[in-house]
Amino acid sequence: MKVYLDNSATTAVAPEVIEAMLPFLSADFGNAQSVHSFGQGAKAAVEKGRRQVASLLNAAPAEIVFVSGGTEADNLALRGICNAHMKYGRHIITTSIEHPAVLATCEELERSGFRVTYLPISSRGLVNVNDLRAAIAADTILISVMHANNETGTVQPIEKIAHVVASARAQGSRHLHFHTDAVQSTGKISIDVKRLGVDLLSLSGHKIHAPKGVGALFVRKGVRLARISFGGHQERDRRPGTENVPGIVALGRAAEYASANSDSGPARMRELRDYLEQQIIARCEGVQVNGDVERRVPNISNLSFRGVDGESLLIALDLRGIAVSTGSACASGSLEPSHVLTALGLSRQEVRGSLRFSLSVYTTRDEIDYAVSALEETLERLRGMLPSEGPETRESVVSDL
Amino acid sequence: MYTRQVADHIANPRNVGELRDPSGIGDVTNAVCMDRIRLTVRIEGDRLVDAKVKADGCPPTIAAASALTELIIGRSLVEIRSFDRTTVTEALGRLPAAKMHCAVLAIDALRASIESAVR
Repeated sequence: MKVYLDNSATTAVAPEVIEAMLPFLSADFGNAQSVHSFGQGAKAAVEKGRRQVASLLNAAPAEIVFVSGGTEADNLALRGICNAHMKYGRHIITTSIEHPAVLATCEELERSGFRVTYLPISSRGLVNVNDLRAAIAADTILISVMHANNETGTVQPIEKIAHVVASARAQGSRHLHFHTDAVQSTGKISIDVKRLGVDLLSLSGHKIHAPKGVGALFVRKGVRLARISFGGHQERDRRPGTENVPGIVALGRAAEYASANSDSGPARMRELRDYLEQQIIARCEGVQVNGDVERRVPNISNLSFRGVDGESLLIALDLRGIAVSTGSACASGSLEPSHVLTALGLSRQEVRGSLRFSLSVYTTRDEIDYAVSALEETLERLRGMLPSEGPETRESVVSDL
Repeated sequence: MYTRQVADHIANPRNVGELRDPSGIGDVTNAVCMDRIRLTVRIEGDRLVDAKVKADGCPPTIAAASALTELIIGRSLVEIRSFDRTTVTEALGRLPAAKMHCAVLAIDALRASIESAVR
């Protein structure tokens, strides 16, 4: 049995989405900028996709900029705001648990003369709104706080932060902007940009059953955003380059699917996620839930398994057809433990033994049952291999490395 | 990312456990990543006749510990003393460069167990 529980990494493309995009890979291949019928058909498809994405976010179609994915959306938001407003200030506020697309962009902005405040988080994974309020300075032009965290699923108090931003603006911070990375929350919890009160919001197609290579940035009407790449006049001069018509059609269809299932999809994921967690806790010893149990997206469960290495668990589960991910340092070559779990205050051992399970609307109860049984056996086997605690161990001589 | 051999050792680790009354014990921990291998060996004459291992760590550490036991059981001490990390990595197909320390840890455990036996 194959069980994919790594939907926060990427999702399967929905059959409806494939069906919608296929014509634009064959007969309807036109360039949306062309004046002839091929081009006009493509343009109509792009604009339909824009309306579909706007509808999911309760935005206006003109506020949607199509990009290549979450990373480009974050880069465009941060660098676009900074480049356009740097004469009013060079201070940014973000958090220590953002996705690398935001953190690395902030680091690059620091190299070009911006100051960045990285807010810490509580042991539940939440930003303290008072800390954020206190961090706003006269020259702050941008606040970027992710909607839901990609490792723990913890949902940040975006609306409260928006209130802080609004009152700061009322007190004179006219050039303050608020961005959120909603890559992990799109399709999982309701996103209404008017209610959230954000100026910019990033989303990615492949996390919501569209293919890789397409995403969108919501830019509130009236927000001045500088270009960060140069070329043609596509996307109202905000993102040059020939439109990815099949990708945009797919993203639009996936957004429509998420809108139509905005109640049933998340409810189903939540039920199965909670079932998965309850089963694991009931059947396995030494398990803890990481992050805020209440304030999280319905499809993610981040757990630490006492005594074992997350990557060994991951590989052993993979050999049984089950795909998950880990914050363990050793995983996938990074050799650095998860910055998110570390920021939560988890011990080295807790980070090392962490696994992330992330579900989709396609996950079934049978898959969960199979995964829990395999996990229980695997855990028992790995724990059976552990040397007992003892003073006899000595440090390895690493001289012949 | 890992070879078929590494995966096989993860799925079916060999000679897991601890010998009773071993001739030697090699119990080593990597101070950086905290991976640990505990090897118990029985030596009769100039031959290593049995070994059991316990391991705590990432997949290559577990695989290296498991593979090590297969390499050493039944071998002469002269042969065993010539083993180094490449003996282990060859048994595993290969290891990513960043994981070479796992093979080093296994060899360290081996050397420590032999030292404690002949002491």
